[in-house]
Amino acid sequence: MTLLSVQDLRVSFPRPSGGRVEVVRGLSFDLGRERLGIVGESGSGKSMTGRALMGLIAPPGRVTAQRMQFDGTDLTKLSEKGYRALRGARMSMVLQDPKFSLNPVIRIGDQIAEALEFHTTLSAAARRAKVRDALEAVRIDDPDRVARLFPHEVSGGMGQRVMIAMMVVLEPDLMIADEPTSALDVSVREQVLAIMDDLVRRRGMGLMLISHDLNMVARWCDRILVMFNGEVVEEIGPGGLQAASHPYTRGLIASLPKLDDTRTELPVLDRAALARVNAEVRP
Amino acid sequence: MTQTLTPPGEKAGGQDAGPRVARGLLAAGGVLLTVALTFLGLLAITFVIGRVVPIDPVLAVVGDRASKETYDAVRLSMGLDDPLLIQFGRYVGAVLQGDLGQSVATGRAVASDLARVFPATLEMATIGILIGVAVGVPMGVLAAARQGSWVDQVIRVVGLAGYAIPAFWLGLVGLVLFYAKLRWVGGPGRIDLFLDGMVPARTGLLLIDSVIAGNWAALRSAASHIVLPATILGFFSLAYIARMTRSFMLEQLGQEFITTARVKGVPERVVIWRHAFRPIRVQLVTVIGLSYAGLLEGSVMIETVFSWPGIGNYLTTALLNADMNAVLGATLVIGAVFIAINKGSDLLYRLLDPRART
Ligand SMILES: Nc1ncnc2c1ncn2[C@@H]1O[C@H](COP(=O)(O)OP(=O)(O)OP(=O)(O)O)[C@@H](O)[C@H]1O
Ligand SMILES: [Mg+2]
Repeated sequence: MTLLSVQDLRVSFPRPSGGRVEVVRGLSFDLGRERLGIVGESGSGKSMTGRALMGLIAPPGRVTAQRMQFDGTDLTKLSEKGYRALRGARMSMVLQDPKFSLNPVIRIGDQIAEALEFHTTLSAAARRAKVRDALEAVRIDDPDRVARLFPHEVSGGMGQRVMIAMMVVLEPDLMIADEPTSALDVSVREQVLAIMDDLVRRRGMGLMLISHDLNMVARWCDRILVMFNGEVVEEIGPGGLQAASHPYTRGLIASLPKLDDTRTELPVLDRAALARVNAEVRP
Repeated sequence: MTQTLTPPGEKAGGQDAGPRVARGLLAAGGVLLTVALTFLGLLAITFVIGRVVPIDPVLAVVGDRASKETYDAVRLSMGLDDPLLIQFGRYVGAVLQGDLGQSVATGRAVASDLARVFPATLEMATIGILIGVAVGVPMGVLAAARQGSWVDQVIRVVGLAGYAIPAFWLGLVGLVLFYAKLRWVGGPGRIDLFLDGMVPARTGLLLIDSVIAGNWAALRSAASHIVLPATILGFFSLAYIARMTRSFMLEQLGQEFITTARVKGVPERVVIWRHAFRPIRVQLVTVIGLSYAGLLEGSVMIETVFSWPGIGNYLTTALLNADMNAVLGATLVIGAVFIAINKGSDLLYRLLDPRART
């Protein structure tokens, strides 16, 4: 069943010299209760796509789409108030770096409880219980202690688990994770991803996992959209990584280091081939 | 406000209260010690100034027609030939007993002069800073929240005016308009002449003394006299406070945790006041403390225009008369105010910022 259906999504910003620059250019995709990966190099428009879906692009940025449907709700016609009712409750987003994405002067428990505060009529005690459940769900052993801590008192990995707890406390249908592990120590990345994956599967949520790491996305997602320059250049189905044909994707795959790698030089992106393809697509 | 998730009575992390109390006492002792040392440093400075300036303290006492014998006798009795360290010790001892010497100009003890003029400044500065905070902070927050809106424009103009308009000019225009023309406020001075000295000085703060005495006519008169100069001081501090609040807020609103709050579907009002404003309280404490300390020095311009018998006026008169004891005494009071405000904002800092607490 389709949870999110997007057609011709465009995000643009005014250029200082006049006119507008499109950073997302006609994105279309459907997302069910599955795990969709979005990969692409820096600046390809991945984050802007996520933020546009969350209704978080502030003027002078502009979002247009022929269709942006979320579980029966037309997002293109949604008021800010309507969006606010969805955000945190039915769709949520895990940001990149817990060091910056958690409020430094508010206790962790209070930050998690906040979604409950504005979306439910639960009593303070009931909220406390939910916070504790959410922290336990991200495998934090002593939730009561952690709830009382301030963000600077926990590690990066723990911070990101707190962030995930904060985003799933109301059991949303869609979760966007924008580079959820790239700020973390390599040793805890897998653990954080596993926790997120487990929650998404068990609660039957849709996940949009944004990353520039094709390898990682291939391991955790059912489908992958490859973005380049604001557009989807390739869609890869389950196990279809080797069949990918677009030069950009091939370049990404070729540059993945392998364990038995004996190359001394990693191949670089064939930008000439890319330019040829782009020239064919766009008159 | 979010309620803390901790049940009341249950303290974070500790069953053992003993060491924590001990640590608290130790910290308090440390604070007292640094305050004492800073104050001693301040005394050293005023002491040195008193020795260095080319004003003969003996002449100030005996006058310039005294005989050589009288002069020498007085000099001896004042202990000016003793080693400097002994003199400094004597000075510190005297100051600690509240003895700041005689004022040449007023013929009274400097300490009792200061006890009269400082409350006048304190009263005006306190009302001024209250206005500055009560108006300036919300204005700055609003301007940042609606960047480019009319509130933002007003702030910019007020901020510029706060820089560009001289205080005495605003004071004179205010007097002409609201006192001479409209008769909305009292004129120069702290109170109408016929009420002067009618309320016994308890705190030296005329508004409070009037209330204590239950003298409502005096209260009304004192209020009508203080409202204009205090509002003008308030205007200058609000211009500064609003400008700083706005830039602190803009910095916070660009932070990633603001996006997190919006992702959670938190109303904009909460995003602004809880998520962006809370972290800047610490910075604001510093700004407000500085601004208050500046007002407590006594705005010479405003005190002159409004014939306000405050410390700024007193210090200026003392300087013009080379009244050294008065100058040093007033300097000491102003220095002590700075120390107190500094320490106060330090303590508030620790209270407001969890990162500074550990
Ligand atoms: N406010 C803005 N005004 C103008 N351009 C912007 C603005 N915000 C983002 N952009 C541009 O939009 C493009 C896409 O940005 P986006 O953050 O979506 O990239 P990304 O794919 O997430 O990259 P990264 O991997 O570095 O996070 C970038 O070229 C960026 O410069
Ligand atoms: Mg990004």
